[in-house]
Amino acid sequence: MQSREAAAERLKRAPLVTNNRSMSWITNHVASCTEKAAPTWWWIAFTLSSSLAVVSVFCIGYLISTGVGVWGLNHPVGWAWDITNFVFWIGIGHAGTLISAILFLTRQKWRTSINRAAEAMTLFAVVCAGIFPAVHVGRIWMVWFLAPVPNSNAIWQNFRSPLLWDVFAVSTYFTVSVLFWYTGLIPDLATLRDRATNKLRKFFYGVAALGWRGGNRQWKHYEMAYLVLAGLSTPLVLSVHSVVSFDFATSVIPGWHTTIFPPYFVAGAIFGGFAMVLTIMLPARAIFGLHDLITDDHVDKMCKIILLTGSIVGYAYAMEFFIAWYGGNMYEQYAFINRATGPYWWAYWTMIFCNVVAPQLFWFRFFRRHVLWVFIVCMFVNTGMWFERFVIIVTSLHRDFLPSSWNMFYPTWVDIWTFVGTFGIFLALFLLFIRWLPMICIFEVKAVLPEADPHHGHDGHDHTPAAAMKEGVH
Amino acid sequence: MEIMGNTRSQLFAMGAEVPSASALYQAAEKVRDAGYSRWDVYSPFPIHGMDHAMGLKKSWLSALVFIAGITGLTFAAALQFYPSSIEYPLVVAGKPTNFFTVPAFFPIMFELTILLSAFTATFGMLALNGLPRWNHPIFNWDLFKKVSNDGFFLAIEATDPKFDEESTRAMLEGIGAKHITLIYGD
Repeated sequence: MQSREAAAERLKRAPLVTNNRSMSWITNHVASCTEKAAPTWWWIAFTLSSSLAVVSVFCIGYLISTGVGVWGLNHPVGWAWDITNFVFWIGIGHAGTLISAILFLTRQKWRTSINRAAEAMTLFAVVCAGIFPAVHVGRIWMVWFLAPVPNSNAIWQNFRSPLLWDVFAVSTYFTVSVLFWYTGLIPDLATLRDRATNKLRKFFYGVAALGWRGGNRQWKHYEMAYLVLAGLSTPLVLSVHSVVSFDFATSVIPGWHTTIFPPYFVAGAIFGGFAMVLTIMLPARAIFGLHDLITDDHVDKMCKIILLTGSIVGYAYAMEFFIAWYGGNMYEQYAFINRATGPYWWAYWTMIFCNVVAPQLFWFRFFRRHVLWVFIVCMFVNTGMWFERFVIIVTSLHRDFLPSSWNMFYPTWVDIWTFVGTFGIFLALFLLFIRWLPMICIFEVKAVLPEADPHHGHDGHDHTPAAAMKEGVH
Repeated sequence: MEIMGNTRSQLFAMGAEVPSASALYQAAEKVRDAGYSRWDVYSPFPIHGMDHAMGLKKSWLSALVFIAGITGLTFAAALQFYPSSIEYPLVVAGKPTNFFTVPAFFPIMFELTILLSAFTATFGMLALNGLPRWNHPIFNWDLFKKVSNDGFFLAIEATDPKFDEESTRAMLEGIGAKHITLIYGD
């Protein structure tokens, strides 16, 4: 009998919101983050990150006014940090869309307290990503040639180029992410509107909430819109990084020309994205005291996703080597041997350690539940995912078919500071977000409370397996 | 009975508050069974099964999205095939634009299908909900501010053919609703 009780206890689902918080507690707690005066740390963090953002903007201005020669690019390394940074940032966005769309369709209700901030992170990461392909074209004033519009030269785009697919994929991804995010924000903007006490906030949130009333005749269409957007975003998020990987996979460069790239890139993107979600959510949770909404269970689940996708990435690294050997192509074989033992060996093994070895700690519950360890592993993953793109791009290019043209890549100060500065852009945007918008989806969190169930407290007992087992005891 | 808004303007509805999501669900079933047609229930979050309790049918927003998706697909096909095969034919890697090279045109077709569908999902939802709008008579009801926090409300609109101040009020009282209020426009 004792074991039956114990089993029932184990089967019980952990509550999504701990300490039996009420609806108004959730509203107050989340909305007040935007209503109280900005704390000192916020001003310090914002000053630092926006200063860093200015550095990036300056570097971009210098690049545009002088030319792409200010970067360390050469022959044969025609893509280096620019595209590495692009793929790095765009990959980070994927976790947000995965949380908001795929976990929604699979009815993973724990997503409700993290989806808003993760989606915001998606948008800001895509903003940072978009900078690099835009400025790497050199003469940026010609960038409108990417758009298929009639022009005076009577030239049309090559629609079979993966680079053009990328333009469509990334811009669609950004647009759809904005629409999805804003749709999710409307009921919460109405909450901020109804709580607003000064004229400016009343006007700003009143306009932004679009007159939302929360009637069920509105919720009916709203829920359908949200479902449809989730359904559309699911194939979209899987396609974006697939299309990014086509930029490489459809070429004939050894080390790039592999069929494993699309799923491998998508898994890597989700892996790196979840690490970044945790990197910014753990400090935000600690500062705003949101432990009842973003519980240790949430962190635990995200760590498991990191472990899963990190292992998929590790499998992909191994499979690339296997196919290089099994395929019998000497250029392919050389590309991979050079990757692991050539002049960039340190980058390759940094990548392996950060992406494959470090996340293995998450097999153990202790590390998944220990905030500091989670943070450390996530920092390794963030580093590792940048190195992964650097390894793929630079080691494949720097020794191409003709040994006489082999060359090393060395970044210039412009390369370095443009990239470092994008962290400033990313963090500054995120800091503005947590000051002006509810960083947790208030209405969705309320909907997962037990009292949100229309049959709560009426037929007297719940029908969970845990309850059924308990009843067997009595 | 309380009165809100400007009584010289048009009567919008009779509103009432209930304490919880489950009370709102049961109230909706009763209002539905009483035969009202122009009414709504208001809650801080969508309540599971409320469409059934109110007797509402499925939202046909998905049909609009489907049409938009087909439009996006067709537009992308035209956008690519017209220049690539008529206006500016390109032979890339020895491959002209023909039936066999169609797969290389799929990514952009996919992206534009998604793009138009997503625009329609968001803006179609707003259009079906009559949004955006600057104001609404129900906002004249002070108590209604709670709807985005933890309030659960019903409102029977004055334009409902069954609306009658006495009988509607009796029905709402029978449900156990509190703060029964007449809400006028501005």
